[in-house]
Amino acid sequence: MSLLQTNNLSAFYGDFQALFDINVTVQQGETVAIIGANGAGKTTFLRAVAGALPTAPAMVLFDGQPIGHQTPHEVVRLGIAMVPEGRRLFPSLSVEENLLIGGHSERKGPWNLKRVYELFPRLGELRHLPAPALSGGQQQMAAIGRALMANPRLLLCDELSLGLAPVVIRDIYQCLGAVTAEGTTVVLVEQDINRALDASARFYCFQEGRLALSAPTKNFDRAAITAAYFGL
Amino acid sequence: MEWLNIIIQGSLLGGIYALFAIGLSMSFGIMRLVNIAHGDFIVLSAYVALVVTQGTGLDPISSLVVVVPVMFVLGYAIQRGLLNHTLGGGLLPPLLVTFGISVIIQNGLLQGFGAYTQRLHEGGIETASVRIPGGISIGVYPLVVFAVAVFAIASLQLLFYRTGLGRAFRAVSDDADTAELMGIDNRKLYALALGIAMIFTAIAGVLFAIRTIFDPAAGPIRLILAFEAVIIGGLGNMWGTLIGGVVLGVAQAVGAALSPTWQILAGHIAFLVILIVRPSGLFPRTKDL
Amino acid sequence: MEERVERATRASHAFALAAAPALLALVALPWWGDAGWMRLIAEMAYYLALAQLWNLLAGYAGLVSVGQQAYVGLGGYALFYLTGAQNMNVYLALAIAGPFAGLIAIPVSFAVFRLRGAYFAVGTWVMSEVFALSASLIAVLGAGSGLSLTPAILRQISPDRGSRDAILYLMSLAISVAVCAIVYLLLRSRHGLALTAIRDSEPASASLGVNTFRTKFIIYVATAACTGLIGGLIFLQKLRISPEAGFSINDWTVVVIFMVVIGGIGTIEGPFIGMLVYITLRELLADYGTYYLILMGMIAIAVMLKAPSGIWGWMVQRYDLQLFPVGRRLVLAPPTRPQTSER
Repeated sequence: MSLLQTNNLSAFYGDFQALFDINVTVQQGETVAIIGANGAGKTTFLRAVAGALPTAPAMVLFDGQPIGHQTPHEVVRLGIAMVPEGRRLFPSLSVEENLLIGGHSERKGPWNLKRVYELFPRLGELRHLPAPALSGGQQQMAAIGRALMANPRLLLCDELSLGLAPVVIRDIYQCLGAVTAEGTTVVLVEQDINRALDASARFYCFQEGRLALSAPTKNFDRAAITAAYFGL
Repeated sequence: MEWLNIIIQGSLLGGIYALFAIGLSMSFGIMRLVNIAHGDFIVLSAYVALVVTQGTGLDPISSLVVVVPVMFVLGYAIQRGLLNHTLGGGLLPPLLVTFGISVIIQNGLLQGFGAYTQRLHEGGIETASVRIPGGISIGVYPLVVFAVAVFAIASLQLLFYRTGLGRAFRAVSDDADTAELMGIDNRKLYALALGIAMIFTAIAGVLFAIRTIFDPAAGPIRLILAFEAVIIGGLGNMWGTLIGGVVLGVAQAVGAALSPTWQILAGHIAFLVILIVRPSGLFPRTKDL
Repeated sequence: MEERVERATRASHAFALAAAPALLALVALPWWGDAGWMRLIAEMAYYLALAQLWNLLAGYAGLVSVGQQAYVGLGGYALFYLTGAQNMNVYLALAIAGPFAGLIAIPVSFAVFRLRGAYFAVGTWVMSEVFALSASLIAVLGAGSGLSLTPAILRQISPDRGSRDAILYLMSLAISVAVCAIVYLLLRSRHGLALTAIRDSEPASASLGVNTFRTKFIIYVATAACTGLIGGLIFLQKLRISPEAGFSINDWTVVVIFMVVIGGIGTIEGPFIGMLVYITLRELLADYGTYYLILMGMIAIAVMLKAPSGIWGWMVQRYDLQLFPVGRRLVLAPPTRPQTSER
């Protein structure tokens, strides 16, 4: 049984339909990438899985259980955590307080403050600073650490590379490797196609709310990806 | 020396205004909700205390043992059952629903207790005073109220900055959407916030009713005073609210010194001046106006 | 395929046809009704006008004011002061009362427009309190006890009681119909379109070139002026004014807001329905003190939670009705069904 499975997932913002019958499957321990242009529905997809967008219960199955109707905080309790697009750290909280908020749901597991600081030593040095004082890359690490504090079985990462320098992005993806080594399942949303494909075993390509392509990443024809990406 | 007296009396007056403002400030800071019924809840607390003191013979301050839990539960229930459903739908629903609650409370109290003015009696402390050098006498009661206000704000700061619950409040206040994605149950948190706000509202209500006569229609002016203290002090800053209350109190004391009927109007004028000259208040921490 | 922009709907035509004789009957009331009826209808008329104005302000311009009672009081006091201390003709004084209130609204707006949303609401309330307190301190305005209209002033309208009642009644009717007409025409015009845009999204409409500040400012001042006129009219009929009565939030704002909310905010038809609900409830529960206010409060809360667009909004959604057509519909094919509709 797959860890995450969406069945004809459709999602709406009011009257506007953002996702059309998305079928995505993620196995335990996998890293799956979701790529696509702006407005393709990638973030909408993650939000629907995380419970921030209401859907029919059976449209999202986690460990076989329908969770489409659950609220975000219930979904966190079940074991899904999000690294939101743009980091979204809490500005009036310190780095450490941000991490502690991540642990609000008190799920048991390998991750705690000490382990997060081991993974991101720089964060340990900056722990008492207010979150906005950090650089973009440090904030991204803090956001990942915050999500890890919820000891998730499934980690949803939205645009980790957004606005960051290449060398910083490389560091972050290295840390992500340490996370997946623990057995955490990861869904990676990225506009940086190369990054996404290097880090994942399988990928899905979204185009205007629809699934345009899904395949294993190994040796896949880049031209075909480009075509699907732009809807050619 | 007359001026010193005015400043001292006005500053102490600021204590009760700051106490009025705490609940309002919490509602807005955490739920982004301006509770139009806030003043009526202050008055409602006074009436609950009235019932308790008349029924049990307890003095008003002791009656807080009952009034505080009652108001806490009421606040929790109203947020959970009513106000949570108004959030996220724009500005009108929370405003109009709290407006409706205000009218219901006022008229309910009117039907239940009549339009007569009431007062709570705490005995000697109401009129006791101490003398300080310079020939000024300070009422013990206003001093106590001011001390309570300082203590209340200090404990709230402790709650916000030293506890997990306070941390969650601050996170929700920053970004409610992301807070939920981190596992925080916003609805329960909001209900808890209003409940806690009601604790301070209840204390404010009882303390004010010992000093001032009240009737069912006394709510709106309390809301306005609380509102003015918050705006003058600056949003998002509890200590600023205390200073806002002091500024308001001093302005009123100055007005009262010119003529007793000018007291409230002088406060309004000070508020308007600050609003025009420095709209975000004296010590704002957030820009959300 | 030809295109047409239509304003009217079938229902609005039917309504216009039905409304005309009803209006005629109301105008003829002095001849077939008694003083009690005239007073009630006059009251319904000016409450309707106040409701339309508040709806324009809050439902269309997004300015949720809880302080419109300030202008009711200002208009009333202007009338009493001008006819009393200044010996002015009562009609002239009434004509000045409105613009006077509008003039006061200008500096008021400088203060309150600094605030937004619910803070704006409380700010307008504070302004009203300032006026009420000021009135209670000014000797020439009668200070705390207020002013009364002298019989001489009343005789300027008409020497006998009967025709005076009729004239005041017809004035109330005329002014209320005029206010409703102004609101309707305003919303039909491109200013109305601008307002709807501002209401829906202020940043978006600003980016499209709608001067949001100026539009809101004009609406605020114009509404204040009309409210002032109605205030003058109300207290002309009440014969007495005091700070408490003139600036009473309960009398002039609470019930008006309830009317608009229950009837349907952001629609012209809504205030009609809301006003009828209020009057019905008040008359039915007249013997039970202020319970009708508690009931109205509960209904308003229920409406806000369950049917935020009010009774009329609910009916529109069910039956796609519009009696006062303010929208524009693009019609792509001749007669039969329109393709799209806007409100």
